[in-house]
Amino acid sequence: MDFFQRALIGGALIAAAGPLLGLFLVLRRLSMIGDTLSHVSVAGVAAGYLLGLGSPAAGGMAAALLATLAIERLRKAYKTYAELSIAIMMAGGIALASLLFSLDRGFGVNITSYLFGSIYTLDTADLIWIAAVTILVLAAVLLQYKEWFLMTFDEDAAAVGGLPTRTLNLIMSVLTALVISVSIKIVGALLVSALLTIPAACGLLAARSFRQSVLLAVGIAEAAVLAGLLAAGYWNLAPGGTVVLLLIAVLLAQLVIKRRLSL
Amino acid sequence: MPTGRIPEGPGCHQPVIELSDVSFAYERRPIIEHLHFTVRERDFALLAGPNGAGKTTLLKLIVGLLEPDGGEVRLFGEPARRFRQRERIGYVPQKNAFNPLFPATVREVVLSGMYGRHKLFRRLTKADYQKVDDAMQALGIEDLAGKRIGMLSGGQQQRVFLARALVNSPALLILDEPTVGIDAETQDSFYHLIRHMHQHHNITFLMVSHDRERFRSYLDDAPAAEAGRLKFYVRHSHDREDCVETDLTHSLREYRRAAEEPALVR
Repeated sequence: MDFFQRALIGGALIAAAGPLLGLFLVLRRLSMIGDTLSHVSVAGVAAGYLLGLGSPAAGGMAAALLATLAIERLRKAYKTYAELSIAIMMAGGIALASLLFSLDRGFGVNITSYLFGSIYTLDTADLIWIAAVTILVLAAVLLQYKEWFLMTFDEDAAAVGGLPTRTLNLIMSVLTALVISVSIKIVGALLVSALLTIPAACGLLAARSFRQSVLLAVGIAEAAVLAGLLAAGYWNLAPGGTVVLLLIAVLLAQLVIKRRLSL
Repeated sequence: MPTGRIPEGPGCHQPVIELSDVSFAYERRPIIEHLHFTVRERDFALLAGPNGAGKTTLLKLIVGLLEPDGGEVRLFGEPARRFRQRERIGYVPQKNAFNPLFPATVREVVLSGMYGRHKLFRRLTKADYQKVDDAMQALGIEDLAGKRIGMLSGGQQQRVFLARALVNSPALLILDEPTVGIDAETQDSFYHLIRHMHQHHNITFLMVSHDRERFRSYLDDAPAAEAGRLKFYVRHSHDREDCVETDLTHSLREYRRAAEEPALVR
């Protein structure tokens, strides 16, 4: 397998897992969580290098998981200022990352590749991680589609109906952290949340039913990621940026068409 | 929905909601103090009070989402916090409880009435889907099945949520301010339907509302219990002899035909 094939496979996998979770996050008004977790995750990667961990990506994953638990805590403690705790963690994460990267110039990598992604450097171990996380997400959505739907649509009814809302919330948060930490190498920390939220926005705009919006979000993300990677490879563009701009173009086109139709 | 007889006589006046000496404080401010109250099978209970009086808190205590600081809450004879047969409770939320842009169809919303604890991680059966179709038909919303919930009028949405609450043939139906933001005419037809259900079925009602006037003729004049500015009014069922349960969907269909109710669905 050459580097470009690995990039396409990794991209295709994450284009399924990201929007699936993203749709639930957007509908629960948690769009910002993606950014926060990705920023903290970069700090974890840097810490991983500094501590000499065999796999710095594991540092990123651990940091994202810790951050997600911290956010759950903070959300409960400061209900009215939930978004404030998210903003602080986001800034703190990137500040810590830049500091850690500046401590040691012998990393052999620079922070840019984590901020903007380096999909062409995916190795087989990365792909295995991405595949494992994608399978986890698909399995979770298939198994808990009903429960996640009700929790997202009407959390009170879910609680009255006796669903274990805390556990379900925790599963969703942990999966989000995992998806984000494995996506960083693909589109970069600055753009990860775009991969979660923009396909969801496209799905919400065009779909009639919830099922349709799930399928549309994943379909649009797959198309944009594959087309974006091919275009970026052909014209030698930044792959993460190309994919995200394509997604935004799809969203804008949808908005224009919708407006035309309603006139 | 199941048809059948349940034991006649006192057998159908068992306590459904029991509050004994319940106290609850929020951030050290006592909201409920030493409240005693019982709702029995087939009673119609109204929980009234102005905004901020603690209606939502009390509702959460009753359904076991909050633990009282003192006293005990029981549901169907079991401690509310440990009550597991959640499908026996039907719940109609406040109108503004959901995001109007949520991409769910009427059918998906009614179906979600099946998504409680008893179906956790289980697949729905053919019979479940049939119940959903029956509930939609009974409330006259079958033609709206494919429409997005946010596109419906307030009255139509209310029927969708009522259908969702009825899919499991609940023994206790909880309605949280069900008609806020709905025009008077639609409110009338909604309450007419609720009264029909109360009079012809083995359903216990707990309605939360800031508007007691609307129920004045239907309930006892004096409150059965009070806690601060919260008041409980009840229409007791012990004067009623019949404990026979009729088929809910069949009877609702008959009701629609007989009343020739104003077409909510055009």
